[in-house]
Amino acid sequence: MRNDVWRIGDREFKSRLILGTGKYESLAVMREALEASGAEIVTVAVRRVDLGDRGAESLLGQIPKGMMLLPNTAACYTAEDAIRYARLGREAGLSNFVKLEVIGDPKTLFPDNEELLVATRQLVKEGFVVLPYTNDDPVVCRKLEDAGAAAVMPMGAPIGSGLGIQNPNNIRIIVESAKVPVIVDAGVGTASDATVAMELGVDGVLMNTGIAGARDPVAMARAMRHAVEAGRLAFRAGRIARRMYATASSPSEGILT
Amino acid sequence: MAREMEVTLNGEKRRLPEGCSLLELLASLELRVDRVAIELNREIVKRDGWEGTRLQPGDVVEIVHFVGGGR
Repeated sequence: MRNDVWRIGDREFKSRLILGTGKYESLAVMREALEASGAEIVTVAVRRVDLGDRGAESLLGQIPKGMMLLPNTAACYTAEDAIRYARLGREAGLSNFVKLEVIGDPKTLFPDNEELLVATRQLVKEGFVVLPYTNDDPVVCRKLEDAGAAAVMPMGAPIGSGLGIQNPNNIRIIVESAKVPVIVDAGVGTASDATVAMELGVDGVLMNTGIAGARDPVAMARAMRHAVEAGRLAFRAGRIARRMYATASSPSEGILT
Repeated sequence: MAREMEVTLNGEKRRLPEGCSLLELLASLELRVDRVAIELNREIVKRDGWEGTRLQPGDVVEIVHFVGGGR
């Protein structure tokens, strides 16, 4: 069970928990939560510098050293926009990894898979390591993989919903057929949700609101770290079969008469 | 006094000295940011091109950086 490392592109990771950096009440709390989580990858958004707010605290200064920045293309609704943000993120962050999002609907934040595929193909051509956020749809995941995605990131439930893994069977099918890492992205509300995802055999879990929105984000970050580790261990250990009736654990021999 | 020109910077009209380079623009903004990327008329200008790139009247400049974001 040791040395349970995994890879995305040419990078190797030990932690299977990936965290977003949005929605924290302060950067100090974010920093503590990131540290408590043991995550090695954190997502960041690309936005205009606020020229009127020179005293603004810097985000990067509060991200613990050694964590890999994963720029996202959040709030993009077309392949063209997502490609533009990805290029800017690469330029600002000096890494070719991108968490690719192309949203199709503001209410559900479901992805626009048609645009997502167009953007994936283009960015792969430009040398990006593309991690696309998508539905829990095995066919779309296969198409993304064929387009050159370095991982596929099906949602567990809508972004920020905290509903947990809504369609465990789909996730299992995706895991079974994918040759690239599968990362459940979105929907985790509490520790058991992360464990369920990992028990299905996914390679990692990405979350933000589940931690940032908790009453005590730092404690929740710690819980998520253990939850992901527990789920991974249970998956590798191999669970027992489900049975309809009881099977006693104590011997039936030697019972007093 | 150097002559001025108008450019659009992060969506706002700004008056800058004529021939201002991207590096001079950044210095004049006194930004406290770690890592930025710059787009000039929708094309990224790489870091090593900031000094040599002089702005023209009517240019559209975007300066972006990383902010908190995720799920």
